[in-house]
Amino acid sequence: MQTLAVRIWRGGADGDFQRYDVPRRDSQTVLDVVTHVQRVIDPTLSYRFSCRVGMCGSCAMTVNGVARWTCRTHVSKVAVNDTLELAPLSNLPIVKDLTTDMTVFFDKWASARGQFKGDKTRADDFANVVPETPARKAADAAIECIGCGVCYASCDTVSWRPDYLGPAALNRAWSLVNDVRDTAQNERLRAIADDAGCHACHTHTSCAERCPKSLSPTAGISGLKKLSARAAIRGELD
Amino acid sequence: MKPSTQAKLWYAQRISAMVLALCVLVHLVTILYAIKSGLSASAILSRTQGNAAFAAFYGLFVVAVAIHAPIGLARVVEEWLGWRGRSLGIVMLALAALLTAMGARAVWGLYGG
Repeated sequence: MQTLAVRIWRGGADGDFQRYDVPRRDSQTVLDVVTHVQRVIDPTLSYRFSCRVGMCGSCAMTVNGVARWTCRTHVSKVAVNDTLELAPLSNLPIVKDLTTDMTVFFDKWASARGQFKGDKTRADDFANVVPETPARKAADAAIECIGCGVCYASCDTVSWRPDYLGPAALNRAWSLVNDVRDTAQNERLRAIADDAGCHACHTHTSCAERCPKSLSPTAGISGLKKLSARAAIRGELD
Repeated sequence: MKPSTQAKLWYAQRISAMVLALCVLVHLVTILYAIKSGLSASAILSRTQGNAAFAAFYGLFVVAVAIHAPIGLARVVEEWLGWRGRSLGIVMLALAALLTAMGARAVWGLYGG
């Protein structure tokens, strides 16, 4: 039987790669490979997954140096000479093996005012948002993010500036900035226009290149720069 | 740095970049034309001295450089050296003043001689 030589990161930040030989199967995903190792070879291997069909975003790892959803990545697409190298996502602290601590990642969503804030109650009628308006279309383009962390792990700016809010949090802010029902817009723009916010982005576009949902946080960040500049000129950020 | 200041600086750099893109293009075409035509330095100066359009164009060029360069350099220094805050702002203002003074001297050499 054909086998795959798989190198998997074991341990914490000071860990190392360990080699496992995994049977090669048809239509095999990288998540299938990790699951085989954990169930058949070494039950102490830690990794995170849930839905297995690209809905939850929890199985993202670094596959041959590139952050990907392992459930939606076929081995045939990424294996080089029947070898794979699997590591935890970059730019996040390692808990153990392939599992990262995503606390900082989600804290940054909160710092970027990623929460919706409205002024209606359940007694009010539904908000009427016309789908064809530019703001609704802009929100639509960003709203499908499921928080997998692939963009964050792929961002060079995050790697050399750890306090940078990062593409996912700013993408979330962009979808809310375009939500006409939201009432915390200036507060949000103040949160994302500071030193470690949208202006720290270098437009490398790795986030847009790697996003499994084909979103473009880069475009949203560019939009945030323009909106915050206009708000600053109007004195709304003071 | 305050978010409003940060956003305004980004705007200033964006607009100065647009001005520079135009200025650099015009400047390159001008010097290529002057060299191709075989004009000597004195022949060039005889055309620029007293020419208000030349002075205004290069004056704008200098202002755009004095705005654009310190903002960009400050970002590089912040990221690479971790130096930020008031002291960096003062040094960058001094750089802007230096660029303005040096540029103004050059423009005056072109216009007033």
